[in-house]
Amino acid sequence: MIAIIDYGAGNIFSVKNALDYLGCENKLTAKKEDIIAADALILPGVGAFPWAMSELNKSGLVETVKEQARLKPFMGICLGMQLLFDKGNEFEECDGLGLVKGYVDKMDEPDLVIPHMGWNKLEINRDCPLFNGLGKDEFVYFVHSYKAFCEDENLYAYCEYGSKVPAVVGDGKYVYGCQFHPEKSGETGLKILKNFAELRT
Amino acid sequence: MLAKRIIPCLDVRDGKVVKGVNFEGIKEVGDPVECAYEYNLQGADEIVFYDITASHEGRGVMLDVVRNTAKKVFVPLTVGGGIATVDDIRDTLRAGADKVSVNSQAVKNPQLIKDGADIFGSQCICVGVDAKAVAPNKWTVYINGGRIDMKLDLIDWVKKIEQLGAGEICLNSIDTDGVRGGFDLPMLKAVVDAVNIPVIASGGAGKLGDFAEAFQKTDCSAALAASLFHFKELTVGQVKDDCRSKGIIVR
Repeated sequence: MIAIIDYGAGNIFSVKNALDYLGCENKLTAKKEDIIAADALILPGVGAFPWAMSELNKSGLVETVKEQARLKPFMGICLGMQLLFDKGNEFEECDGLGLVKGYVDKMDEPDLVIPHMGWNKLEINRDCPLFNGLGKDEFVYFVHSYKAFCEDENLYAYCEYGSKVPAVVGDGKYVYGCQFHPEKSGETGLKILKNFAELRT
Repeated sequence: MLAKRIIPCLDVRDGKVVKGVNFEGIKEVGDPVECAYEYNLQGADEIVFYDITASHEGRGVMLDVVRNTAKKVFVPLTVGGGIATVDDIRDTLRAGADKVSVNSQAVKNPQLIKDGADIFGSQCICVGVDAKAVAPNKWTVYINGGRIDMKLDLIDWVKKIEQLGAGEICLNSIDTDGVRGGFDLPMLKAVVDAVNIPVIASGGAGKLGDFAEAFQKTDCSAALAASLFHFKELTVGQVKDDCRSKGIIVR
């Protein structure tokens, strides 16, 4: 069972719909015992970094999430991906989950429209199991105004939008983050979610 | 860079896809969920439902359509038509829409754009604009499906839409809509140049090359069509192949 961590953030139903469609057993939950019992975890999110961290703190799940992310496949989506890093800088500096080295800051592209919204091409930096079966020209759907700044070793894929925008990151073990919305990225996104669901400890 | 988007639009009334009258004089009726799924298979980058239901009960039916579509279509969904309040926006997003499109109500009450953007984020507020030329390079904004001229200058209005926090503009030209001679490029260009948010071209697509032409001659981000796709004269895939062959980045 994949636990979709429900801490009041936005797009949880789309993630659930996609997992249901793929036939992957899943559960929306904010309970510690579910998170501990799950085979894998997804941390969704839409909204602002400090707000999301404060909701996670209020739910008392931060320590459980941090601990469990070391033990089984874990995917952060969109803001959920940004929360994986050490720090965020949206409105105010704020500690993240610290599962991947790096920080999150405003995208600064004076000649481009921000938010970065729409379909952009995935450029693979380091192969990882999430990319199994993907072709050369795969587009995924982004909606965001902040981006991650991370080490090359944690950068699995990026897209070009003025500069490199981290699209898939990870800790080299169980932790993955997708800046785009795999649940809104058509067949490509479904493949990535399916690959994630098939990861084993 | 971002791919140019091709967006099919479905007009929905009381939970059924409707299209005026087709060539044989028969009203086409279809299941919006199935139609959306078909467009998804063709490679649509986004799907727009335009709700032309007048009654309040009908809105509930539309939300069911959105809910059911969101279970099998995994690209962004936009819902427009009849959205008048923040509660309407909330209900529509909760049903599974990624964006709402507001049109007449935004002209009557521009605060709706700001409230929607503040509460739900700019990315989910698209403003639909219907406009018509009054002189060369001058257009005014119409509401109620193109029936009432608000004597509001188009360029002033789109700048205001951006300033209020909308994430996107869907620009429909009343002059080219239904004529099938291509998008209204002068109007489109004027709006794209006036704002720094994505603009969707709407109204006038009649043949394969019209989409690529809009992307080549203006910096619009997306192009939308309804009848052309609905009557299967073209598929989304054919339009994308044509764009790709002309060097335009599409998914």
